Amino acid sequence: MESLVKSLEFKLGVWKDSINVHDFILQNIKSYEGDASFLVGPSYKTIQLWDVCKETLLKERQNDGCLAIDTEVISNITSFGPGYIQKENETIVGLQTDMLLKRAMKPYGGIKLVESAVAERGLKVSDRVVDIFNYAKNHNQAVFDAYDIEIKTYRSKHVLTGLPDNYARGRIIGDFRRVALYGIDRLIAEKKSDKAHVAGEMSDSKVRLREEIAEQIKALQDMKIMALSYGIDISKPAVSAHEAVQFTYLGYLSAVKEQDGAAMSLGNVSSFLDVYIQNDIEAGIIDEEQAQEYIDQFVMKLRLVRHLRPGAYDAIFGGDPTWVTEAIGGQLHDGRTKVTKTSFRFLQTLYNLGASPEPNLTVLWSEKLPQGFKDFCAQVSIDTSSLQYENDDLMRDNRGSDDYGIACCVSYQEIGKTIQHFGARANLPKALLMALNGGREEAEGEQVVSGISEMDDEVLDYDTVMKSFKKTLAEVARVYAKSMYIIHYMHDKYYYERAQLALIDSDPKIDIAYGAAGISIIADSLSAIKYAKVSPIRNEFGLTSDFKIEGDYPKFGNDDDRVDSIAQEITTIFIEELRKHKTYKNSTPTLSLLTITSNVMYGSNTGATPDGRKAGESFAPGANPMHGRDENGAIASLNSVSKLNYNDAQDGISYTFTMVPKSLGNNLEEQVGNLTTTLDAYFGRNAHHLNVNVLNKETLLDAYNHPENYPQLTIRVSGYAVNFVRLSKAHQLEVISRTFHDTM
Amino acid sequence: MYFPEQDNHDIILNESDIDILRIHSLETFGTHDGPGIRMIVFVQGCQFRCLYCQNPDSIDIHGGTLVTIDELVSKALKQKAYFGKEGGVTVSGGEPLLQRAKLIHFFDRLHENGIKTCLDSNGRVLDDYTKDLLDRTDLLLLDVKHINPEWHKKLTSLSNTTTLKIAEHRESTGKPMWLRYVFVPGYTDQEEYLHEWAQHFSEYKTVERVEIIPFHQLGRHKWELLKMEYALADTSSPTTEALENAKAIFSKYLNNVVIK
Repeated sequence: MESLVKSLEFKLGVWKDSINVHDFILQNIKSYEGDASFLVGPSYKTIQLWDVCKETLLKERQNDGCLAIDTEVISNITSFGPGYIQKENETIVGLQTDMLLKRAMKPYGGIKLVESAVAERGLKVSDRVVDIFNYAKNHNQAVFDAYDIEIKTYRSKHVLTGLPDNYARGRIIGDFRRVALYGIDRLIAEKKSDKAHVAGEMSDSKVRLREEIAEQIKALQDMKIMALSYGIDISKPAVSAHEAVQFTYLGYLSAVKEQDGAAMSLGNVSSFLDVYIQNDIEAGIIDEEQAQEYIDQFVMKLRLVRHLRPGAYDAIFGGDPTWVTEAIGGQLHDGRTKVTKTSFRFLQTLYNLGASPEPNLTVLWSEKLPQGFKDFCAQVSIDTSSLQYENDDLMRDNRGSDDYGIACCVSYQEIGKTIQHFGARANLPKALLMALNGGREEAEGEQVVSGISEMDDEVLDYDTVMKSFKKTLAEVARVYAKSMYIIHYMHDKYYYERAQLALIDSDPKIDIAYGAAGISIIADSLSAIKYAKVSPIRNEFGLTSDFKIEGDYPKFGNDDDRVDSIAQEITTIFIEELRKHKTYKNSTPTLSLLTITSNVMYGSNTGATPDGRKAGESFAPGANPMHGRDENGAIASLNSVSKLNYNDAQDGISYTFTMVPKSLGNNLEEQVGNLTTTLDAYFGRNAHHLNVNVLNKETLLDAYNHPENYPQLTIRVSGYAVNFVRLSKAHQLEVISRTFHDTM
Repeated sequence: MYFPEQDNHDIILNESDIDILRIHSLETFGTHDGPGIRMIVFVQGCQFRCLYCQNPDSIDIHGGTLVTIDELVSKALKQKAYFGKEGGVTVSGGEPLLQRAKLIHFFDRLHENGIKTCLDSNGRVLDDYTKDLLDRTDLLLLDVKHINPEWHKKLTSLSNTTTLKIAEHRESTGKPMWLRYVFVPGYTDQEEYLHEWAQHFSEYKTVERVEIIPFHQLGRHKWELLKMEYALADTSSPTTEALENAKAIFSKYLNNVVIK
């Protein structure tokens, strides 16, 4: 018992008297400045367990990507009994349903979507559940009740796309660490106190908040019940490393049992868990192998999270992602590093269990990160292509907190203090085409935007086009803001994330995360109009069907200020327009330059653009330069993207960078050195995000033709990673065609 | 037929328009010609007629494009952050020494801006210009294509006398160099010459690294495009065993031998 008591000796601070995990970390973090040499391989139990999982994953792939669906039960925190993979080898327990990889129905986002997802698999939602929704309303119905004609037009004409109006918005990260640090009883007591403080004269917002907190308290109670079904009591704080990992996972599991938001991210748990793990190691309770086993098995569970998705969903979010994003590393404001041995242990799972897209491991890169950690990250990237990087120095400074996670792909979120409302994105090239077509949509000619003058110029004039485009962007922003107000109002009302929000301060600050797709097409199109001679070719209805370009023009991705400044300017204009409008719950507008995998879908829905892109051709992902147009090598390409101003796009600027291993250097040591130098340099220029793939094109071509040989081949796409073989063939080809930086 | 010999190099390339270099191409993320991440300036023009030349389109002294040193310096500055502690600018070719007077100026400008310089040369010319340039060269990559004068001539059409003199000069200055050796089956794989090659440099103190570069056929299409006769059309890449053997031989005399 003596050693157990020692393991509980945390340094005290304000975290003891109020819910404040951040302070706990400040007081107790064990920063690690060394290298990766202490890491160990997987334990016997982990190997046994992962073997079962691999077999089941193979069955899932063979069954067209979905192993089984429960069509009887509406999934919530307590609706499924305990599920196991192989009980005797499971150190960390808990499945979403009662069976590995079985998917559950969460119909409050939209029963129709659930019905079609189930029907696509040749199954049928049980009559009971269908009948319930004859009486109960869901988010999808409610949003469409409130939508106006304008929003519906913008939506159906693909100006605003992927909106979370028929699926769950996700992106809200619970502070799952709170379960381990405080135990559920304490959290309930705090929530009750919060609720009692929402008193006095009532207002809409007070009534709403009182109801929300009541829901959160019920969720906390349900978490306890669910945990008990596994024989685990989470009412009190965790007293060991094993409990800390298990409790944190059960918090997360509660969220994914009840919500199927597009992105269900984890936050930044590694260095929190490290406090418990190092304590137990120092106390002699566990050794390194045991510590690694906890993390391997925790991560294994995160890899097995599944949601029920219809086929159409794949066009926006290809490869069945879940965005269990875990942010690793970064620095504290006081100059200490947040890198701990458990940061390394999380990365080590990519060796112990093999490469994987989930959890979406995101390294918070600071120039000041310990060199040993930088080197290990680079090595893991080179070996697995499973990591992405975000600029910690930039975000910490610009956004204020040193305790944040990444929601979904690239978005900053202070853990437990702020949340974000996901806004999908607007199709900027579509907006440009409307500006050139008198506000009509270019495919069918329907009037979408009013008040835009017809343009009959034989050769496009830059100033005229810009004037018209700005006016169009203002209109797009106006309608976009309206749609978001409605969507989040209804999501709170009909599909409130009670499990996540139970683990967040009761009245958090909110960002409304707008998005824009196609920035590089916009930059190139406007540059072509400005520096070359662009003549629209119009069809019999006067709509642009193609563009004739005479002469050359500067293209985004070549470190050429003439065009890079256009990309900057349009980003600024669009966020400023968005900021003019009212938001639900007074949320703060932010913007992302991110496409996820929808760049393919956007392309197929968008006519020819003035940059020479043909109708239907894919957009570049995120803020990437267009395929093959960054002709001056990798650095010029990186430099162009780094010029986009984070202040204008605080939800994230995504750049996906693919290199062949040889181009990084002659051997692993050189490659590691060159990759860390590249990351230091890129982020030193205030760039925000970088997906790093180190792959040969031949590998991808071979995987395209022989998917059975590449079950774990992982590739970073826009802001997340996928199993390459689980992407659609169209997405696979798009990835293969993307610029490989091989000659540089 | 191979590309013919060309005269008057010094007037055309070295001395006219001191601020303008004739270049073949630029590479912005070079990781194979010197340490770290580097901007590689491939200059145009070469007097060697190497049978295995990978860039035969860089031979013609009238070819390529003209670019001002100002422009090259400003490009290098844009990439400077990526050079880190190790990297910098490498001038390769073609043969950089044909434009040595201009490169003196270029390297001075780079040094003024805190950028490290590297020269990748076959060692064709040795005069005061070359010596001045080498003084400004932080690292010399010297390609010694063969140790035997006759084989060298057979392989490159010219002798290796000056190349070896440049090595000697570099050694006398005490500044670092890397030696490079392209390993071509049937041409540069004779064991006795591998010994002789390595032995020649065994007493050198400035050789920090030796790179064995395996011959490959990636430049072949360029020969076809230029309609030049390619003597090595049927030569295959060396086997791993042959390369390891060469490495073992070199390592008897020299430290830090690597296969690229």
